[in-house]
Amino acid sequence: MSSPDSASHAGASARGSWLYDPQIRGIITQVLVALALVLFVWWIIGNTTDNLRSRGISSGFAFLDRRAGFDISQSLIDYTANSTFGRAMLVGLLNTVLVAVIGVVTATFLGFLIGIGRLSRNWLIARICTVYVEVFRNIPPLLVIFFWYLGVLAVLPGVRESIELPFDSYINNRGFFMPRPIWGEGAWLIAVALLAAVVMSWFIARASYKRQMETGQRFPVLWTSLALILGLPLLAFVVTGFPLTFDTPSLGAFNIVGGLDVKPEFLSLYLALSFYTASFIAEIVRAGILGVSHGQSEASYALGLRPGQTLRLVVIPQAMRIVIPPLTSQYLNLTKNSSLAVFIGYPDLVQIGQTTMNQTGQAIEVVGIWMAIYLGLSLATSGFMNWFNAKMALVER
Amino acid sequence: MKTTILTGVLGAAALGFAATAASAATLDDVKAKGEVACGVHTGLQGFAAPDDQGNWRGFDSDFCRAVAAAVFGDPSKVRFVPTNATERFTALQSGEIDVLSRNTTWTLSRDTSLGFNFAGVNYYDGQGFMINAAKLPGINSALQLSGAAVCVQTGTTTELNLADYFAANNMEYNPVVFQGFDETNAAYEAGRCDVYTTDQSGLYALRLTLGNPDEHVVLPEIISKEPLGPVVRHGDDQWFDVVKWTLNALITAEELGITSENVEEMKQSDNPEIRRVLGQEENSTIGSALGLDNAWVANVVAGVGNYGEVFDRNIGQGSPLKISRGLNQLWTKGGIQYAPPIR
Repeated sequence: MSSPDSASHAGASARGSWLYDPQIRGIITQVLVALALVLFVWWIIGNTTDNLRSRGISSGFAFLDRRAGFDISQSLIDYTANSTFGRAMLVGLLNTVLVAVIGVVTATFLGFLIGIGRLSRNWLIARICTVYVEVFRNIPPLLVIFFWYLGVLAVLPGVRESIELPFDSYINNRGFFMPRPIWGEGAWLIAVALLAAVVMSWFIARASYKRQMETGQRFPVLWTSLALILGLPLLAFVVTGFPLTFDTPSLGAFNIVGGLDVKPEFLSLYLALSFYTASFIAEIVRAGILGVSHGQSEASYALGLRPGQTLRLVVIPQAMRIVIPPLTSQYLNLTKNSSLAVFIGYPDLVQIGQTTMNQTGQAIEVVGIWMAIYLGLSLATSGFMNWFNAKMALVER
Repeated sequence: MKTTILTGVLGAAALGFAATAASAATLDDVKAKGEVACGVHTGLQGFAAPDDQGNWRGFDSDFCRAVAAAVFGDPSKVRFVPTNATERFTALQSGEIDVLSRNTTWTLSRDTSLGFNFAGVNYYDGQGFMINAAKLPGINSALQLSGAAVCVQTGTTTELNLADYFAANNMEYNPVVFQGFDETNAAYEAGRCDVYTTDQSGLYALRLTLGNPDEHVVLPEIISKEPLGPVVRHGDDQWFDVVKWTLNALITAEELGITSENVEEMKQSDNPEIRRVLGQEENSTIGSALGLDNAWVANVVAGVGNYGEVFDRNIGQGSPLKISRGLNQLWTKGGIQYAPPIR
């Protein structure tokens, strides 16, 4: 192979040959893999189109503009059977987002409570929290959903035997019914007052922090803000002459009509996802708190801070740095687990997608939409959490 | 149901990976495999449900056996593939099953944009409503149902008819939509809904499986036309012919009085029409034209009986469902079941 000429300086050329340069080899491998991937995707798309055409299946996204023709039990936006498939999918997406957002908030709150509780010096509280975590962490989420749907909500009494609660509310196996507030004329002033109160509280908090940094004097921010947030809207309410009436639920021919109702499908999915995810969040929070060295608390006590202040000002800010990254995974899990809704008839993105798929036969398109939307939701959540993480990260001075 | 999503995804993937020519000659594929892959219901009493020995029994599953008898002369050469309402079409499109016999309504969009052919109508059905009369006394018409919560299975024409019917009569309702058949039944039985709606045949079948069948009443209104029939993929005319004529053979056999018991004697019949149908003519092409044995009609009838026998045994007077023939009676006896001549 090699000529005597090249053999004479074989050592130098072997080391110098581009074949042995790790950087060039890396580039070549990457180009080859990328090429193979592109070819594979191209082949898949071509083959799918060929097969669809040869089987006479129409494809494309034009079906999204056609009339859906089916009804949906729960919708955040106006929707009737005359709306389009695209709008039906949007209703499903909003229902998914609704249960995910409320679920994430509840799971976080519950998880922090239980995670801190598990570290409590009170034996009973610590044990209860341990049992909670071990029970919910070790049951598949689908069973937790069934537990709430078939085990708790379905055994509630029927419509005619509804349990009456205070404030004209009812609970039965069709859901939870409560009066719906109807805002009268001038009610917008109350919203404006509330907004103004929140903005003012924020400025007061900032000013007070600045003053404490400069002079060491503190200002009762919490009480002032509370008074503002409660007081201003109340004042507006009185000034505009109590513009509020209620649409109370009452017994109709079949169901309870009027008022606001929360359906058992939503309730069980929401409760199950929150309880399930809270057990994981509790463990993450516990790990975060235990991850802060005990010397930090001791130093804080030595400075004269009370236990509550130590937790709030010293331990939790440091624990948050450990907690946030794994917390992101749990938020993503909760969002994705919400697709288990199909089992109990909650009209989420997957369920409405299935109906759409079946009425139109556009399986590939609908599966594509599902994947794109879940990917988008997950990336948005990760993006937000990464931003939050960067904000909370240790600022080195 | 997770399997549905999986089938949806797999079906979509199958369309991506499958070789382009796969849809060509289903009859040859079936003969090579030695069995007919037949999509049926996951468990609808009287139409397709496994018995205590695990054998599929029912009106729809017997049609699968009839196709196997026509192709192989042996009604047992069927592989039953249970499918739910959503996954049935993907399963057929992707070639997982050769024929779908699962109380599927013949509609224009399914015939065209889904890429299917309906091989005829083996059951004329219509959508109805069932209520629990013990809990709702005094309701005897669907027009009294305004405000009711209605349990319905997703992915069916039922869902659309329901919306149309309530809108047309200016009534309100609250749909509770489930993906699986069992989940829908469980929710109805738990009292989550006032009304259960599906095809009337399905309601009668479902009623038998409820805890207290006598409490439940099927309301008289029929709100839609639901011609149910076997389905094959578009674009393979030979296989389409085989399935279509299997159905016609079942009906023709009843017209001619050929039953599973007398089919052997009938081969010697004096009636030339009967002899022709059973493939007893000299140089008969009654089977070879379809790519089948000339005795294929005789095999079908010997295997599962004629249309009337299949009906009675599974859903008619000989079964717990006791559904009357109604529209499904032969055209000569006041119904609309009518088969083109086999000649």
